Amino acid sequence: MMTTQALPSALAAIVDDFQALSEPERLQLLLEFSQGLPDLPERLKDHPELLEQVVECQSPLFLTIETEPGGGPSGTVRLYFKAPAEAPTTRGFAGVLHEGLDGLSAEDILSVPDDMPELLGLTRAITPLRMRGMTAMLGRIKRKVAASSAVRS
Amino acid sequence: MSYPVEQNEKFAAYAHPERLVSTEWLAAAIDNGAVASGQLIVVESDEDVLLYETGHIPGAVKIDWHTDLNDEVTRDYVDGAAFAELAASKGISRDSTVVIYGDKSNWWAAYALWVFTLFGHQDVRLLDGGRDKWIAEGRELTKEKPAPARGEYPVVERDDAPIRAFKEDVLAHLGKPLIDVRSPEEYTGQRTHMPAYPEEGALRGGHIPTAASIPWARAAAADGTYRSREELDALYLGEAGLSEGDDVVAYCRIGERSSHTWFALKYLLGFESVRNYDGSWTEWGNAVRVPIVKGAERGSFPVAVGV
Repeated sequence: MMTTQALPSALAAIVDDFQALSEPERLQLLLEFSQGLPDLPERLKDHPELLEQVVECQSPLFLTIETEPGGGPSGTVRLYFKAPAEAPTTRGFAGVLHEGLDGLSAEDILSVPDDMPELLGLTRAITPLRMRGMTAMLGRIKRKVAASSAVRS
Repeated sequence: MSYPVEQNEKFAAYAHPERLVSTEWLAAAIDNGAVASGQLIVVESDEDVLLYETGHIPGAVKIDWHTDLNDEVTRDYVDGAAFAELAASKGISRDSTVVIYGDKSNWWAAYALWVFTLFGHQDVRLLDGGRDKWIAEGRELTKEKPAPARGEYPVVERDDAPIRAFKEDVLAHLGKPLIDVRSPEEYTGQRTHMPAYPEEGALRGGHIPTAASIPWARAAAADGTYRSREELDALYLGEAGLSEGDDVVAYCRIGERSSHTWFALKYLLGFESVRNYDGSWTEWGNAVRVPIVKGAERGSFPVAVGV
């Protein structure tokens, strides 16, 4: 059984919040994350080619990562997402990953277990089908982070 | 008590105009208090499980296709008792007039309407153009969730046979018209899943022998409303080659897009016998030894040996 202790602290706190709630409240919290997802910075807004689509999501979701110096030897990873307002579930997942992982080191992000989304306790309410989009989003972030840190080292 | 049906020129050309309502008509009905009084029940059914919460038509209740209409364990729909409980909890009685709308040009709304029809609910209508048209017209949305008075809904056994086809039914149907509503890439077998939905894949690609390829969206205009009677005739009687009185089966990937086409064939064109094969490609493309045709040609049945 995976525990939240293996997770970076911000992500662990989010998981704890979800787990403390009833199922309808978890959906409400996911909706709040969808509203909290920040817009793309201006420099990325007009450059869709810089973002990659995660096709496993049922609604269009685009993301990219950037690495900034500081925070540790490998720098910190910044995450950027774009998802339409008509896709609140997808946006909510993106919001969770943004709040939980943005600004961490590559090592910390790569240490997140691939099945972390299962810990949110949404599988029944969201359905396994819809959960796969979130798992795919996390997988894509980790692949991009791994590729980016391999290039740098 | 049935609520009066909408009369307009576009709908009048359809075989069953009573099955559609326009956004203008619904807005007027809301203004007249029909929804507040429970004379009319409006249901939103979306692909995205949280979309209703971001804002919905005033007075509308939510039914989620997956968590409310599908059985949690078996790949099947809920039973009569669960449907009765669901309907009653949403303020729906057996004689209620229900108007369903949703996202993505009403895929899931048509799917919900089809499930209501499995239970023989008499007066269930679709909002032409769905959620997107309502929003595009700048009509009112609210986040306020209604608390409808409980409806009275009897436990009705589902009657699948008239409008639902199982794999065995489709095997027995081969030789009679089939409509494949998936994308051309799925039809030819280039892809085993819908673009952007790879998780619902199948082991084999292609289509059921003799099926005509009419992607579902061709039945919809740019604003998400159904195309006119004339356009639908050209599409299904002309291009697909259906004839009046045909017994038709429509399928897609899991039965939701084909519900949209099922609605068009059944209620707009008036085919008496139209069944939706909800097992669709996620069943057929994984089934052992069922015939499959690859490529753009419809193929024939029986399938020629050695080809």
